[in-house]
Amino acid sequence: MKRRRWGMAWLALLPMALTVLLAYLGTTLWTLRVSLSSSRTFPRDDFVGLAQYQRLFENERWLQSLGNLAVYGLLFMLACMVIGFALAVFIDQKVRGEGLLRTAFLYPYAMSFVATGLVWQWVLNPGAGLQPALQQLGWSDFTFDWIIDQDKVIYTVVIASVWQAAGLVMAMLLAGLRGIDEDIWKAARMDGIPAWRVYLSIVLPMLAPTLATVFVLLSTAVVKVFDAVVAMTQGGPGTASDVPAKFIMDHLFGRANIALASAGAIVLLLTVVVLVAPLLYARSRARAREGA
Amino acid sequence: MRLASKRRRMNIGRLGIYAFLLSAALFFLAPLYIMIVTSLKSMDEIRLGQLFAWPMALTLEPWRAAWSEACTGVACEGVSAGFWNSVLITVPSTVLPILVGAVNGYALSFWRPRGANALFGLLMLGAFIPVQVMIYPLVKMLAAVALYSSLPGIVLVHLIFSMPVMTLLFRNYYAGIPAELFKAARIDGGGFWRIFFQLMLPMSPPIIIVATIMQVTGVWNDYILGLVFAGRDNLPMTVQLNNVINTTTGERLYNLNMAATILTSLVPLLVYFASGRWFVRGIAAGAVKG
Repeated sequence: MKRRRWGMAWLALLPMALTVLLAYLGTTLWTLRVSLSSSRTFPRDDFVGLAQYQRLFENERWLQSLGNLAVYGLLFMLACMVIGFALAVFIDQKVRGEGLLRTAFLYPYAMSFVATGLVWQWVLNPGAGLQPALQQLGWSDFTFDWIIDQDKVIYTVVIASVWQAAGLVMAMLLAGLRGIDEDIWKAARMDGIPAWRVYLSIVLPMLAPTLATVFVLLSTAVVKVFDAVVAMTQGGPGTASDVPAKFIMDHLFGRANIALASAGAIVLLLTVVVLVAPLLYARSRARAREGA
Repeated sequence: MRLASKRRRMNIGRLGIYAFLLSAALFFLAPLYIMIVTSLKSMDEIRLGQLFAWPMALTLEPWRAAWSEACTGVACEGVSAGFWNSVLITVPSTVLPILVGAVNGYALSFWRPRGANALFGLLMLGAFIPVQVMIYPLVKMLAAVALYSSLPGIVLVHLIFSMPVMTLLFRNYYAGIPAELFKAARIDGGGFWRIFFQLMLPMSPPIIIVATIMQVTGVWNDYILGLVFAGRDNLPMTVQLNNVINTTTGERLYNLNMAATILTSLVPLLVYFASGRWFVRGIAAGAVKG
């Protein structure tokens, strides 16, 4: 009886087991193995140690894409958090038309990164978009050509991504704010503490779990960033807005350099581990304590 | 939770609140407005460079051309082909992961075979592996079983990538169902599948709705998996859209491009507007991985 019961349950979990073993563990080990070989178009069985990693970190384009990822990630997460928090706090002031406002802030999140990138490519196009429009409105020396500026193009990707994702942060933090006990506000008011102090010293710490979730969500989005760049700038001008995910895809499928690409993928994986692991660990510890 | 007693100071404060919220709303809505007006203008009008101006002569021609004439790289059949490809990919990539996720969550919550929880933990960690790590070996594996560049192939890939979230959703949902119910069904002699189909699935519509919203929007908006795994005949709309806009030679047809972009975003936007709060609940639930 017992054995049969487990038998059927295990059979039902077979797709999950196969996914974990083949798709997750298997592919990761495969990529790790290839990153230690000299494979180019086809996987090769030799072993060259960390040579590909060395090549990778001597590659200008890779270093540039890593730098872009750092700048993009930092600005994107900061802007999303600040704007999202501000929107959530302001919406939480019992304003009129809350539903409409929430809808307006969050709808970009329903759109794909590709669509987002294409829209902003059009808006920021210095020949036909915002720049000539504002010039004609009388602002004759208005220039905004970041999207074709090697040094500034990555900021335009930040603008588009923040537009897409800030509403999500707003929605999650708003849910968090609504979960905070009304009594805290009454007590603070009684003690004459100004609202901004309450937000900073009491509410923000209480939102820590929500903020951690938002952080995990945004940081995985940062590491994944690919579609938006492809649609918006195609990595250009030149390679000025390149990101690691795009570097890897190009070397896998365009440049037939799968060992180098695999090394890049492993570096990306390690980045995720470094970013997310401490938080996940802290959360599982907290959950274990709660459960005890 | 405002300071109700200090009315006068409040009025200035509230003005500031509304000013901030309205300017923010303008920033978020501007691209949508620009997309719509651009898609309704003729190219002559677009060349005037008046991004915000309402069309002088409304035309639906760009929409028609985007749907049935735009060139997506090799073919010039518009994004309609991509639309139907996306439908063909999205339907099974929604049904299948939900079914597998539901079975997983059910088995993990009630039957708890030995070692299953460790497996689930690994699945959750797997959700954080960047796709670039998995993409090439997956191509090789699918090619080995002749599924690469095929509709079943891309559906399988969507199943693999959405399994963690789907399993988590259903596991958490079933954790809230009283164990007594399950035990009673066991005593009545219900087997694994019978209890699933006759007891658990009928109790699951709320979570199935959330899961459907997540899958439809997620799969529809996917670009990279479709690009790599779908094959030339099944390219989803997002990939074709990018091809339309980024591979055109000669003058860029911005009106057509914007119409194609709106067409591509229509399904997820409709899901968003129709589902409202469920949409937020879905992403919030999906975000709580691990």
